[in-house]
Amino acid sequence: MRRIWSALAAITLVAAATSGCSDDSSGGGSGGGSVPGVTATDILVGTHMPLTGPAAAGYSKIAPATKAYFEFVNAAGGVNGRKISYKIMDDQYNPATTQQVVRELVLQDKVFAILNGLGTPTHTGVLDFLKTNRVPDLFVASGSRSWNQPDKYPGTFGFNVDYTVEGKILASHVKETLPGKKVCFMGQDDDFGRDSLAGIEKILGPVAAKQSYVTSNPNVGPQMGALKQAGCQVVMLATVPGFTSLSLGTAAKIGFKAQFVVSQVGADLSTISKQLGAAAPLAEGLISANYLPMSTDDANPWIQLYKKVNAQYNGNADFDNNIVYGMSVGYLFVQSLQAAGKDLTREGIIAAVEKGGFQGPANAPLRFSAENHSGYGGEQLTKVEGGKQAYFGTPYETDDADGAVAAYSAQAVTPPQNGIPAAS
Amino acid sequence: MSATLAPAVRAGRRMPETRRRTRHLLWTVAAAVLIVALTYVLPPFRNYQLATVGAYLCVTAGLTVLTGLNGQLSLGHGALMATGAYTVALLQERLAGQGQWTLLVSVVAAIAVTTVAGGIVGLAAARLRGPYLAGLTLAVAVVVPAITSTFDTIFNSDQGLSVYVDPPPPALGATFPYERWQAWLTWTGALLTMLVLATLIRGRFGRSLRAVRDDEAAARIAGVNVARTQVLAFVVSAACAGLGGALFAVLAQSVSPGAFPLSLSLFLVMAIVIGGLGSLAGAVWGAVLLVALPALTHSVTDSINVSPAVAQRLEGNLPLALFGVTLVVVMLAAPGGIASLKPRRRKA
Repeated sequence: MRRIWSALAAITLVAAATSGCSDDSSGGGSGGGSVPGVTATDILVGTHMPLTGPAAAGYSKIAPATKAYFEFVNAAGGVNGRKISYKIMDDQYNPATTQQVVRELVLQDKVFAILNGLGTPTHTGVLDFLKTNRVPDLFVASGSRSWNQPDKYPGTFGFNVDYTVEGKILASHVKETLPGKKVCFMGQDDDFGRDSLAGIEKILGPVAAKQSYVTSNPNVGPQMGALKQAGCQVVMLATVPGFTSLSLGTAAKIGFKAQFVVSQVGADLSTISKQLGAAAPLAEGLISANYLPMSTDDANPWIQLYKKVNAQYNGNADFDNNIVYGMSVGYLFVQSLQAAGKDLTREGIIAAVEKGGFQGPANAPLRFSAENHSGYGGEQLTKVEGGKQAYFGTPYETDDADGAVAAYSAQAVTPPQNGIPAAS
Repeated sequence: MSATLAPAVRAGRRMPETRRRTRHLLWTVAAAVLIVALTYVLPPFRNYQLATVGAYLCVTAGLTVLTGLNGQLSLGHGALMATGAYTVALLQERLAGQGQWTLLVSVVAAIAVTTVAGGIVGLAAARLRGPYLAGLTLAVAVVVPAITSTFDTIFNSDQGLSVYVDPPPPALGATFPYERWQAWLTWTGALLTMLVLATLIRGRFGRSLRAVRDDEAAARIAGVNVARTQVLAFVVSAACAGLGGALFAVLAQSVSPGAFPLSLSLFLVMAIVIGGLGSLAGAVWGAVLLVALPALTHSVTDSINVSPAVAQRLEGNLPLALFGVTLVVVMLAAPGGIASLKPRRRKA
C-alpha cells in the first residue's frame, strides 16, 4: 500500500510539473485573446490525416499541399495580417487514433478550427466532441452525408461531393452508356460504402451483387472472386486508392474482366499507378468523376498557380490530384477567412461559410447555406485513356435525394492575379 | 518473480484482518481526494490523460493479479476490454437520454458480460500452460476485428459505434469541464478496482493464487482447488478488463476495433512487467507509462527538427522503441519492476 501511495505521489508531482509547463506554453501561444487559436498575428488550425497506414497512399500528400498554399499566402502577408499555421496530425485512418489526436489539437494546442479532417469512419467519431467544444469543423475530406446535418452539427461542413450525389452521377453514366450490363458494387464497410451504394441504387435499382471490405484486412480476393462468380460486367467501387489498386490487381490475377467505375476519392491515376507498378496499364479504361481541375491539364490557370506554389513551398512534390485537392482546400479556407473579416471568431467563420457564394477552381457548385452544409454539388466524368486521366462530357449536378441528374453549365472562374482570394 | 512478492505476503500476515480493511479504505479515500484535487489543478488535456490513466489502471491491476500472482499469461486482455466497450456502446444507444443512471447500468452490464466471456476463456485457459495459454489468449485478441466486420449490422465494422454519454450533471455547474467529469468517472472505477483487488489478494484468495503459481502440486496437496483458482483468477481479471474497456468507451465516446488492436494487449503485458509484476503499485506505474510514453515520444518528435518523411516514420515506431528500451533498462536495473525500487527501506 505504501508503494501505491508513493506511485500516486510521483504521478502528482509529474502531473503538476507538466501542467505548469503546458500552462506557460498555451498562455504564451494564445496571447490572452478570447478566441482560441487566434492572435493579432496568427491563426492556428489543425487537421487529422492518414500519413501512415492503409489509406496513406495518395492522401498523405493532401495536408502538406494545403500547408504549402498557406505558406504562399503567409509570404504575401497572410489574411488580415494573420499568418496561418497548420498543424497536421497522423491518425493512420484508425478511428481510435483520430479521437486522441483531435483531442490533443483542441484541448492542448487550442486550435481555432479543424480543417479538412480526412475520412468517413475516422471523422464520424469526433463530430460530437467537436460540437461539445464548439470548434468549427470545416471542409471535411470525405463525402459522407453526416457532415450535412446543420441542426445536429452546426459547425461541420463537408468539402467533397456527397457519395450519394456521386453515386447517382456515376450510375446515370452507366445506365446511359452501358445499358443492359450486369452492374455490381464493392465498397468500404462504413458510411462511405453505404452512401455510395444508396446513390447508385437510386438510379439503377438493386445491383446484381455487392461486396464490402475493411481497410484493416488488405485482401479482396474473396470479394473479387464472388463478383466474378456472379458474372458482373460493370463493377462500381467505393474504395480508397489502396483498395482500388488492390481490386484491379486481384481481378486481373483471377482473370476477371469488367468495366471499373470508381469513386473520385479512390481514383487518382498517379496514386493507383504507383501502387500497381508494372501492372499500371490495368487502370486503362477506368471511369470516375471529379470536380477539381485535373493535375495533368497544364492549360488550366489553377493548375499553373498550384504548380508554382508546389515548386516554391512544397519541395516540388510529385504533382498529382491530391495536391490539387489540398491546395483547393487551402484556397477555400482563405476565402472563408476573408469573408469572416478582421474580427475573427468561431461563430463568425461559421456564419461566413453559411453565407456562401464562394467561386473557385471547381467545375461544380458549392451550395453552402444555413440549411446546406454539404460540399460540392456535382461532378464531371473522367476516363483513363492512353495512360492519361482526363475529363469528358459535361459536369452534372444533383442532390442526395430523388432530384434528377442535370447538366451544370456555369463557367469555371479564373484565379485572382496574385493567387490569393481578395477580401470581400 | 516470487522474490518481489515476499514483502507483500509478510505485510499481509502481520496485520489483523479488520485493521487491514480500514487501512485499504483510508488509502482509497486519500487517493480519491488527491485525484479530485488534481483535476482542479490540471488543464483539460492533462485531465483527459489522467482519465485515460484511470481507465488503464483498471485493466493493468486486473492483469497483474492474473499474470503476476497467478502465473497465467494473457495476451488477450485487449479483446476483453473490447467486450466491455461494445457492451457499453450498445446499451447506451438503447438507453440514451434517460439520465445519468444509465451509465452505471451500462458499465455494470459491461462488467457482467466480460465476466462471462472471461469465464469461458478462463475455463479453457485453466487446461493450458505456458505457450499454449499465450496462444489461446492471442487468438482471442486477434479475432476482434473479424467479429466486428462479420456481424457488421451490430458492430458496424471498422467504423465502430458512437457511445452516447450524458454531459456532466447540471448540479456541478454549467461550465463544469467535461474532461474533469471524465477523470472523476474513470478514477471512481479505478479506485474501486484497486480497493477490491487489494482486499482480495491479501486474503485467502490471494494465498491460493500464489500457491498455485509457485507449485501446482504442492498447492493441490495443501487443499487448494487448482483449476477453480485459475478460472477464478481469470474471471476477476476479465471483470477488471471489462470495466477498463467500458471506461475507455465512455472516454472516447466511440468504440472501434482499431482501439483494441493486438498491440494494445502486448503493451498491457509490457506495462505491468515494467511497473512490477504482481504488485498493484506496479499496475499504477504501468498505467502511467501507457499514457506517458507515447505522449513523451510525440513531443520529442515534435521538438526535434527532422524532415517530414523521417518524422512520419518515427511517429509510429518511436513509442515502441522507447517502450522496448524502458523494458530493457528496468529489467537490468530493477528486475522486479519500478515498484520494487521502493520497499527496501522497509526491511529494517
